[in-house]
Amino acid sequence: MWSFLHKLASPKHFYHFAGRLIPWLGWSTLLLMLAGLYTGLVVAPTDYQQGESYRIIYIHVPAAWMSMFVYMVMAGAGAIGLIWKIKMADIVASSAAPLGAAFTFLALVTGSLWGKPMWGTWWIWDARLTSELILLFLYLGFIALQSAIEDKRTAANACAVLALVGVVNIPIIHYSVEWWNTLHQGPTVTRFDKPAMDTSMLIPLMIMFFAFKLYFGLTVLMRARGEILERERNSTWVKQMVTESS
Amino acid sequence: MRLLPKHPQRRKRLALISLLITGIGAAVALATVALKENINLFYSPTQILSGEAPKNHVFRLGGLVAEGSVKRNKDNLDVYFEVTDTDKKVAVIYNGILPDLFREGQGIVALGKLRDDGVFIADEVLAKHDENYMPPEAAKAIEDAQAKQTRSTTTPQGSQQP
Repeated sequence: MWSFLHKLASPKHFYHFAGRLIPWLGWSTLLLMLAGLYTGLVVAPTDYQQGESYRIIYIHVPAAWMSMFVYMVMAGAGAIGLIWKIKMADIVASSAAPLGAAFTFLALVTGSLWGKPMWGTWWIWDARLTSELILLFLYLGFIALQSAIEDKRTAANACAVLALVGVVNIPIIHYSVEWWNTLHQGPTVTRFDKPAMDTSMLIPLMIMFFAFKLYFGLTVLMRARGEILERERNSTWVKQMVTESS
Repeated sequence: MRLLPKHPQRRKRLALISLLITGIGAAVALATVALKENINLFYSPTQILSGEAPKNHVFRLGGLVAEGSVKRNKDNLDVYFEVTDTDKKVAVIYNGILPDLFREGQGIVALGKLRDDGVFIADEVLAKHDENYMPPEAAKAIEDAQAKQTRSTTTPQGSQQP
């Protein structure tokens, strides 16, 4: 186990390991995504109150969960990079940031599209919506800070500190609907009680959740591989690989 | 503990990061507790009647639309209804198009001002929906079961009356 992790910390080993994993992740993401969309948009029954419009939940909720999960991955990788000075951790953190920003943006846009017909407004400054918007700004700040500092190592350290400071926002997003009164409703699935959702609607949501998870795994590995090639372009193994393939 | 780094410098960095996160967490927790009232989106009818809501100032009122309180004007879009937190009630007058989810028993958030006579003049009414999702048949089954339950608890009292 530990030797496996140690090996993964080497960019060369990570590159080849990710390369073997990517096709599996790609196909399972595609299958789960199709299954989730079909069961969610066609098979699942309509809602007693919201009719057909609630179906946007199958994009909105997985995207919102992922926006927080990716941030935790990014901050965790940042902390590992800071403490153990592992280059691979910095690469993972920087590969995850734009993906997290995309999930956050998707959650905000689908939420807005859902809010107009149901609540009657595109946007409201309640605690849930505002804290999610701050999360988007944290991601954008991370990306901006990284591109502003030329030295990769300094950039990674600064970004890791920023990501760790922003972690405080994650519990705020999650508990905002319980700590304060908001227009956004309380949690349906992520609560101690049993989910307040009919099983026939919950199953497609779970399928979509795993599809989003795998999609993140797939894209973060692809981005990390690209980043490895760029950073290691002067190393012998990359040069050798390029000359062999051409 | 194999998870903790052995190297003293790494241990120091881990401690620094933990300190950073707890420090910021504590600072944000204190700030949010201090700002609690400002972060709340709306005031409940109980808060308004106890004078907590700002006077002569626009604020939001939130609660459930009281059963049987909605009255619509036939000639224009004026709507009168009462908002309750199941304890106190506040009367609301609104002129405009209500969201689809607006109905009696539904949670709403209204933006407006309190008139001197205690009636809330709303400029905007938003519907709040709950965290429950189920097919219409399941919702009807729950409703029927509840109706049955209330009937079975009220019948003995009813039979004693005559």
